[in-house]
Amino acid sequence: MFDPKRPYRCSPQVALRPEPFGALVYDFTTRRLSFLKTKQLAQVVATLEKHADVDSTLDAVEVAPGQRAAYLHALAGLADAGTIQQREP
Amino acid sequence: MKLVDHFATGLDAPICLTWELTYACNLACVHCLSSSGRRDPRELDTAQCRAVIDELQRMQVFYVNIGGGEPTVRSDFWELVEYSTDHQVGVKFSTNGVRLNEKRAKWLAGSDYVDVQISLDGATAAVNDAVRGPGSFDTAMRAMGNLADAGFRDFKISVVMTRQNVDQLDDFAAIADSYGGQLRITRLRPSGRGADVWDELHPTAAQQRQLYNWLVAHGEGVLTGDSFFHLNAFGSTPLPGLNLCGAGRVVCLIDPIGDVYACPFAIHEQFLAGNVRAPGGFSEVWRNSPLFQDLRRPTSAGSCSSCPSYDSCRGGCMAAKFFTGLPMDGPDPECVQGYGELALATAGAPPKPSGDHSRRKKPVPLSIGFGQPADRACDTSPLAGMR
Repeated sequence: MFDPKRPYRCSPQVALRPEPFGALVYDFTTRRLSFLKTKQLAQVVATLEKHADVDSTLDAVEVAPGQRAAYLHALAGLADAGTIQQREP
Repeated sequence: MKLVDHFATGLDAPICLTWELTYACNLACVHCLSSSGRRDPRELDTAQCRAVIDELQRMQVFYVNIGGGEPTVRSDFWELVEYSTDHQVGVKFSTNGVRLNEKRAKWLAGSDYVDVQISLDGATAAVNDAVRGPGSFDTAMRAMGNLADAGFRDFKISVVMTRQNVDQLDDFAAIADSYGGQLRITRLRPSGRGADVWDELHPTAAQQRQLYNWLVAHGEGVLTGDSFFHLNAFGSTPLPGLNLCGAGRVVCLIDPIGDVYACPFAIHEQFLAGNVRAPGGFSEVWRNSPLFQDLRRPTSAGSCSSCPSYDSCRGGCMAAKFFTGLPMDGPDPECVQGYGELALATAGAPPKPSGDHSRRKKPVPLSIGFGQPADRACDTSPLAGMR
């Protein structure tokens, strides 16, 4: 279950490639390609590991208050897909 | 800006890069896109291939589709696969299976980041071998058996759809299931030697409808390389995937001598963007070649602009148009509304191929004193096939 109060990271088998629209995401294990559709979301995924939890990552990247719910929803989807995963605190 | 529009204007590096490692091949498939057979003496050597891989790593190209020719006949093939995956460039390679013995299948099953694609163009030996040559069905089935026995799951079985095998779609799916593989079907193109057999092998109008219905029914479960987007003009259900021509925008091809073409189906000087050996290497070609820059500019729908289906099919495949002699800004030769056939009726002669690595059937006797001997089935010379 995705929990924004816990520490996460971009999964080790996943590579992010910055693009004008956000980022391309490639999972070397499932060989699936997907997309992060804003640069800010790409920045969130890339910096999850540096922060104590998901909420503080969103603060650090300065996600607008009106956008937070949408970002949490997107991140929950990325957690389901294995793109991001919980890490040890 | 929608995601698809970003793709249309080009990305910083290709998503999907095809790299034909050699023109050498043990087979001589009648529809070969790259007219393969004989090795080109200018082929990139091992060190040059490694340099390309290093550059793909720097550009974060996540994986390459390696093909040929038959790539596994290169003596450094497995070494290059390892080098690539060691450098965060995943590999999917296409093979007719000739080198996939039990030992090699085990090695592949144990290596991360390598995917295998076995070519099969008939669900029966009769249909397959008519296109790919005698014995090729058995070779492919043996390779699939070896992969399955080694525990390699979800390898790809790649089928080019022809008039002879559209009726076998369910049989292909059953073969894929029985080996734990995944079915991938792609569109026949009139490229390379495919130009010679296009008229007799490309699916009929009724078969295109059949193919579309089958694809809609099977959804994401079947891979297509997004190659059937021209069929979207049939209806309201868009096929899964990227429904636009990605040539020079999200895909391209590196050929065995390092030439970079806009897409795997367009090996012709008109679509040649540069060479990886030139200063600046591949990234310079990808980012700044005039051809690719041109492909990334908005295109005119031309004679398709009044067609209500244009938004669904986007005019179809650039290579299919080019190699059948149709203009780029008009209908695809297989336009499901029938405009392609109309256009073909008044089209000029198809372009001449600009490279051919087909094996010559016999050495050409030097004593023959009249003209150039013909060695392609499409030649009109009365001597064709008679040597």
